[in-house]
Amino acid sequence: MALYSEKVMDHFRNPRNVGVIEDANGIGEVGNAKCGDIMKMYLKIEDDIVKDVKFETFGCGSAIASSSMATELIKGRPLSEVRQLTNKAVAEALDGLPAYKMHCSVLAEEAIQSALEDYAKRTGKSV
Amino acid sequence: MIYADNAATTKMSKAAVDTMTKLLNETWGNPSSLYSHGQNAKEVLEQARADVAAVIGAEPREIIFTSGGSEADNQAIRSAAALGKKQGKMHIISSAFEHHAVLHTLEALRKEGFDITLMDVHENGLIVPSEVEDAIRDDTCLVTIMTANNEIGTIQPIREIGAICRRRGVLFHTDAVQAVGHIPLDVIKDNIDLLSSSAHKFHGPKGVGFLFARKGVRLSNLIEGGEQESGRRAGTENVPGIAAMAAALKEANAKMAENAEHLTKMRNRLIEGITKIPHSALNGDQTRRLPGNSNFCFEGIEGESLLLLLDDKGICASSGSACTSGSLDPSHVLLAIGRVHDVAHGSLRLSLGEDITEEEVDYIIRSVGEVVAYLRSFSPLWKDLVEGRKAFII
Repeated sequence: MALYSEKVMDHFRNPRNVGVIEDANGIGEVGNAKCGDIMKMYLKIEDDIVKDVKFETFGCGSAIASSSMATELIKGRPLSEVRQLTNKAVAEALDGLPAYKMHCSVLAEEAIQSALEDYAKRTGKSV
Repeated sequence: MIYADNAATTKMSKAAVDTMTKLLNETWGNPSSLYSHGQNAKEVLEQARADVAAVIGAEPREIIFTSGGSEADNQAIRSAAALGKKQGKMHIISSAFEHHAVLHTLEALRKEGFDITLMDVHENGLIVPSEVEDAIRDDTCLVTIMTANNEIGTIQPIREIGAICRRRGVLFHTDAVQAVGHIPLDVIKDNIDLLSSSAHKFHGPKGVGFLFARKGVRLSNLIEGGEQESGRRAGTENVPGIAAMAAALKEANAKMAENAEHLTKMRNRLIEGITKIPHSALNGDQTRRLPGNSNFCFEGIEGESLLLLLDDKGICASSGSACTSGSLDPSHVLLAIGRVHDVAHGSLRLSLGEDITEEEVDYIIRSVGEVVAYLRSFSPLWKDLVEGRKAFII
């Protein structure tokens, strides 16, 4: 029995959308070093659609996999959908996370919501 | 696969496996039975007791077999506490980085009214004997200090601490789970009253250990029942496991000097190579540590992801990060030596086995370097450190 599902390990080993968007118009960072998890999400939003998304994460395997999966779930999606992304959806898309790792998916949700808030602040648009 | 987690458990030696399988097949009688099939098992049991005792300079009757190190720790501490309580002595001295088998037992005793003092283990992971002496009070009934730390491998000055305890009339227990079979121990020269050990740390089977209790130190039972182990530990003895432990220990003891020399050389090579990684640090004293133990912190990364990627490269290791313990806090050992949370999350323990080769050590060094660099490449914490928004700690 492995610690994580194959999907978690796939996203951990080959994380999608890693990096920085230089001209991002929404950036969110959550977590802290003391707790051992920091997630940073970069969004490039155009016409109310997430045109591009990248992430940087300091954390455990499931934190990295949750970040990666969350970016996949929102890339190319309208803001109306992105707003409603829940940690549960991230965890389910990863074929589940161990109970004590669910907070990693919560961080992914929070990082995206934080980036959306940043976008709203920068543009004055409500999201 | 390169197994570099020998502090967690070790592979059973051939001698231990052979002994165990032979006994499982042939000598499975109950040592308490009077017919010869049972008495043969009894003979094996008592030979194992004599063998184990000889390795640590004890008498056979001073050894009782347990289910492992945790049980031995629990029984040793509970027994000393009971003896102390009878005399109105309810103060116990220990250290901040003991194994949880010790710390949690002490926590339970605290709730029962005992006063517990935990010694500072300092940045190098070493306890200072004079500080232990200063902490001893008229009502101190026990000092319990581990022989070698299970995470950072630092070897404590137990002989000096034991001598102080002897002089002050206080019982001295040492959790020697990581030390037995790896470094020389002598319960007489080292002034030890109680000592805990576990077979699977020296190539014996899991689920077996022993407790040494100097004659005259009355043990209280954790497990009540039959008269096994001279009435000090009930339950039919695990004869095959116990004999396999004795076989493993005899072998480890015979090869101790040779193993230690090789392991120290390999460990030093590993430490030299890995501490070349920028913003990495060795945890615990550089030389006063177990021959095979190394433990590092890397800034800007988290330990669990490091372990998973090392696993992909065929390297088995462990970490003191919170994510590997299932708790919110990183290892209490690393916190006790003054590592802050941010750094303690990025820890790696590599505990080498006797068969490790120079090529394997170099492969580990290379692999750790690659994985640390990769994880740092997308760590926002690392970026903050490199770009000066946060100050480097190590």
